[in-house]
Amino acid sequence: MNIVVCVKQVPDSAAKVVAEGGKVTWGDAPLVLNPWDEFAVEAALMLQEATDAEVTVISVGGESAKEALKTALAMGCGQAILISDPALEGADSRAVAQVLAAAIQKIGNVDVAFFGKQAIDGDMGVTGAQTGRFLGWPVLSLASTIKLEGDKLVIERSIEEGRQIVESSLPAVVSVSKDIGEPRYPSFMGIRKASRANIPVWTLADLGINAPTPLVRWPDVVNPPAREVKTEIITGDSPQQIAEQLADKIMEEKVL
Amino acid sequence: MSGNFLVYIDQSKGQALPTSWEVLSAAHYLAEKLGGSIYALALGEASKAVAEMAYQYGVEQAFYCDDPSLADYRPEPYTALTSKVAQEKGVSVLLFPTTTRGREVAAMCAVDLQGGVMPDVTALEVVDGKIIATRPVYAGKLLAKAVCSVEPVIITTRVRAFKKPQGDASRSGVAQRVDAVLAEGDIRTRVTGYAQAEGGVSLTDANVIVSGGRGVANNPNLTPPADMDEKQAEIWRAQQGFKLIGELAAMLGGAVGASRAAVDAGYIPYAHQVGQTGKVVSPDLYIACGISGAIQHQAGMRSSKIIVAINKDPDAPIFKLARYGVVGDLYTILPPLTEALRKRLGK
Ligand SMILES: Cc1cc2nc3c(=O)[nH]c(=O)nc-3n(C[C@H](O)[C@H](O)[C@H](O)COP(=O)(O)OP(=O)(O)OC[C@H]3O[C@@H](n4cnc5c(N)ncnc54)[C@H](O)[C@@H]3O)c2cc1C
Ligand SMILES: Nc1ncnc2c1ncn2[C@@H]1O[C@H](COP(=O)(O)O)[C@@H](O)[C@H]1O
Repeated sequence: MNIVVCVKQVPDSAAKVVAEGGKVTWGDAPLVLNPWDEFAVEAALMLQEATDAEVTVISVGGESAKEALKTALAMGCGQAILISDPALEGADSRAVAQVLAAAIQKIGNVDVAFFGKQAIDGDMGVTGAQTGRFLGWPVLSLASTIKLEGDKLVIERSIEEGRQIVESSLPAVVSVSKDIGEPRYPSFMGIRKASRANIPVWTLADLGINAPTPLVRWPDVVNPPAREVKTEIITGDSPQQIAEQLADKIMEEKVL
Repeated sequence: MSGNFLVYIDQSKGQALPTSWEVLSAAHYLAEKLGGSIYALALGEASKAVAEMAYQYGVEQAFYCDDPSLADYRPEPYTALTSKVAQEKGVSVLLFPTTTRGREVAAMCAVDLQGGVMPDVTALEVVDGKIIATRPVYAGKLLAKAVCSVEPVIITTRVRAFKKPQGDASRSGVAQRVDAVLAEGDIRTRVTGYAQAEGGVSLTDANVIVSGGRGVANNPNLTPPADMDEKQAEIWRAQQGFKLIGELAAMLGGAVGASRAAVDAGYIPYAHQVGQTGKVVSPDLYIACGISGAIQHQAGMRSSKIIVAINKDPDAPIFKLARYGVVGDLYTILPPLTEALRKRLGK
């Protein structure tokens, strides 16, 4: 089996992200492997252990994204590829999906392509489904368990009404939910191997495609209007008294 | 921009997800500015009645398809049909609710129709005939203005960001059936069963959410059953705390939320988690109990209308977001608060 995991590098979730002049900055906060993609890597490694598959982790991004790929290598992925090209500046989700689909095709004989739920920078949550659509593969989203049964993939996925059990032929795109289980930590050996890894870089020319035209642009990014909250601390002689006052205040807000 | 609007009504077995109707407000706003007709589409078992409900919110024509191949939700047949209806009706804007299905079908229609998708939109404007969508990014730390340079423009609206329009029961119509695009043999997935959801948590639709954090386990006055080890005793304590939270939530007709620390410690299932890696909610009232208010938790609840915080620590960051705060022990505050509100609501 051949497994691909698609990962993105993003600013750490604790970063102080602000908008300046319509652009996003996060100071010197570290860039990390997108937290949701850790679950995708975990799912890929679980499937690898069950099937003896090859796991390739790929990312579309700048040179720095090699660090996110190294985290995935340290967790246990076999090889990594960075897809980087100046022409991808300003790419939207659809463009990234088109590039990922081309990369997955170039890798060849891929059975499953794993994705995270969403990237915590743009919070789009669409790239996996779009990549699946470009490839013409079934899309199985938000999987909480994944098993290979014969030549079929069987997953459980969450939808609003509960969980569906879905069976799919391969190849397929799978996005992974948190329910898959805690992502493993990089091992000492893994970290050593990752630090020495020489990660190949593919350009659009290597993929044999032109730069896809971005259809969605972000002309302006702004800080949210400061929340005008005046906090009122409720005090009193007893919990009863506090509770009565707080109840009055809540009633006055007319939200109940 | 010219052309029509297609609103996807997300439904299951004859029940529309409530947020679907909110999408019609967004559609009416855009149609007023840009002109064009509004169509509605509902897919799956018992979708005809749901599609016809759309008439009371003012649609030109409702469509449905209850073909057996659509009985279980699968993205491929749902997307193929949605794309086909959009094409046939000359639709230049597709609108979906941000639900699991809505987001996914929207994303995939964007590939089929060579359109741009802008998910989880909280506000819309029209400037010089162009739609500008506002979307929270970086877990709501920033707002991005997004524009799509081609048609169709594909939008999913965030739950509760747009108001459900006033329905007018005197408006009605007959939904038109459309045919499925894919035959069962062309669909490479099969739904083989359903597993139970984790007990009716509908956090994202809730008007009121009462949430608990690590603090719910902190009550030294409770004596756990003697045969428990330390971890079991901690979870037992936490469950007593969540019982108080659950009572207040139930009395207010709301839902129970939790911090990640409470979920990770095994106090409550993940389905309840609010925050960056949980659910994003914006109820009218959010009561945070024993939650410090880490940035990742804030990411999920910051846009709640009124936030109340109950926390022992006066320096807890949650107080910065809260309209009302109580510096105190949730175990002593919650029971009288539940009673005081019960009295006032006459329940
Ligand atoms: C990538 C990433 C993603 C994350 N995603 C999420 C997420 O989705 N949601 C989320 O919530 N967190 C998330 N976190 C974790 C987050 O950083 C915090 O660790 C977590 O929110 C803390 O939970 P807490 O407030 O319950 O616990 P604590 O920070 O330990 O706070 C407990 C609070 O309870 C108070 N307290 C104690 N006893 C009582 C009592 N008896 N009565 C009243 N108050 C009491 C204390 O004063 C304290 O303020 C994420 C972290 C990372 C790194
Ligand atoms: N630039 C990228 N390179 C590789 N994978 C990506 C990239 N962007 C997004 N993804 C994958 O698509 C998922 C959803 O991303 P998004 O649609 O941007 O929220 C992520 O969790 C990743 O698995």
